[in-house]
Amino acid sequence: MLRDNTSKFVVAGGLAIICFGIMAPSWIVNQLMFGFSRALAILGLLILWRTGLVSFGHAFYFGLGAYTVAILDIELGVTDVFLRFIGGAVIAGTAGFLIGFVMRNYRDIFFAMLNTAISMVLYGIVVKTELLGSTDGFVISIPTIFGVIPETRHPLFVVIILIAMCSAILVNFYLKTTVGKLTTPIRDNELRVEYLGFSVAYVIHLNYTISAVLGGGAGALMAMSLGQVDPDSMINWTVSGELLFITILSGPGSVIAPFIGSLVFEILRTYAFEFAPHLWRMIVGATFLTIIFFLPGGIWSVIARLGRRS
Amino acid sequence: MSSAVPILEVRNLMKTFGAVVAAKNINVDIAKGEIIGIIGANGAGKTCFVNMVTGYLAPTEGSIMFEDTELVGKGPREVTHAGISRSFQVSQVFHTMTVAENLSVALAIANNRGMKALFEMDTCELRQQCDEALDRYQLDNYKNTIVSNLSQGIRKLLDISMAVVSKPKVLLLDEPTSGISVEEKFHFMDIVMSALKEDNVTVLFVEHDMEIVERYVNRVLAFYQGEIIADMSPKKVLVNKKVQEFVIGKRH
Repeated sequence: MLRDNTSKFVVAGGLAIICFGIMAPSWIVNQLMFGFSRALAILGLLILWRTGLVSFGHAFYFGLGAYTVAILDIELGVTDVFLRFIGGAVIAGTAGFLIGFVMRNYRDIFFAMLNTAISMVLYGIVVKTELLGSTDGFVISIPTIFGVIPETRHPLFVVIILIAMCSAILVNFYLKTTVGKLTTPIRDNELRVEYLGFSVAYVIHLNYTISAVLGGGAGALMAMSLGQVDPDSMINWTVSGELLFITILSGPGSVIAPFIGSLVFEILRTYAFEFAPHLWRMIVGATFLTIIFFLPGGIWSVIARLGRRS
Repeated sequence: MSSAVPILEVRNLMKTFGAVVAAKNINVDIAKGEIIGIIGANGAGKTCFVNMVTGYLAPTEGSIMFEDTELVGKGPREVTHAGISRSFQVSQVFHTMTVAENLSVALAIANNRGMKALFEMDTCELRQQCDEALDRYQLDNYKNTIVSNLSQGIRKLLDISMAVVSKPKVLLLDEPTSGISVEEKFHFMDIVMSALKEDNVTVLFVEHDMEIVERYVNRVLAFYQGEIIADMSPKKVLVNKKVQEFVIGKRH
């Protein structure tokens, strides 16, 4: 059995990115912030995917996290980056825990589309409610870090990377527990897991709640990175599709994969839009097809193969 | 039939699917350590009986007492916790994982119930237990093979070994030798039965092969149209007229 060095790689990689980001121009810092914020949601979808579940509606939790930040800011005047992040994650996690009682009974397309349904209900409510900013959304104030308003984007960038590192390490730990190790067995054969004496519903519920917490946390970080929230960029079904796309692009092989996949997606989308403003969706779509046909294990499968060779 | 205190008492068990009666009037006491063969033609109610005892199917009527626990109304997980395990006619294993990984999952669940499941597994202890199980069921050579690449016989062995790691008191095997070649079947059963005997597990197995039944069991339950028509030793059951007519298919 090989020793798991994932946590060491996460710390080393995270610190390297922080060093790089501090020296990098602001447009690169922005890309890293968006990529790493979104990667948190992908980390949650990775857990579900390993369990054999694909959610086509996690923008619900992403949006819930983002809008929690907006409401905390506008209604309660909360500006602290950590309080906003925890608020987004807790609200989304609570919603995920409650909705999980329903979701744990469904599989396959029913699971995927039920998630879409709840996300579209939230989308509809937000779009039609003036109090929630309707289609325009809200502008969010710059978050404070330990009571200080940062003058540049770098402090928020460092916080996002640190949160991402902690999340990856915690998820990696979770995947090594008995419950965490049951993701693949449940995907393969639920009946056997039940007859070995473990509740499949319990594991799926727990995984779903964790994915909701991460989705909410991701939405909260994204809201603070962008400085605004609106239903189309936070809750719409296209956001769910985007999250799913990055999950497939990343591959389920490691907790590091979502961060790489998310960054690749940011770069791909930015450059595709830059060089072919009318065809960028086609480029993203072609990339998606290429991944499905040639790299079903995602980008991580290439890294893992190279790692084994060396 | 047995005079010892029964570990499993089945009373007036009945199962209907609409108008179809799959099992009726099943009464049987099973003593600790017995090795019981369940025989019968296709559709006689053998698997239905196994499914009811193991919580896969809820009986329409009747009671199943395991030691002091009523099993009717309990699901597979609760039945497993009570101390009853099973294997399946079609092996139920994790096909994308290796043999060692399959056993590790079974062992991890058996070792870490409740809150312990939320902590990191003790991989050292797990590996040791896994190696013991691999050795016992002669699966060492397939340790790192992905299950989907294995033969039916090895999958069946793995299925049974996974069912046994939780140290059940009663084990139900549904057609353990189906899909296994004639040359392999005795070797396969020798491995399984010697491992089970060491643990003093009470075994009930559904079997069509009368050679296997004769060789390994000390009591036979013969099913016909959902009822037990004979409950006796294998030697007697083979010469029983009802069994010969309805189970084996000989005409007088």
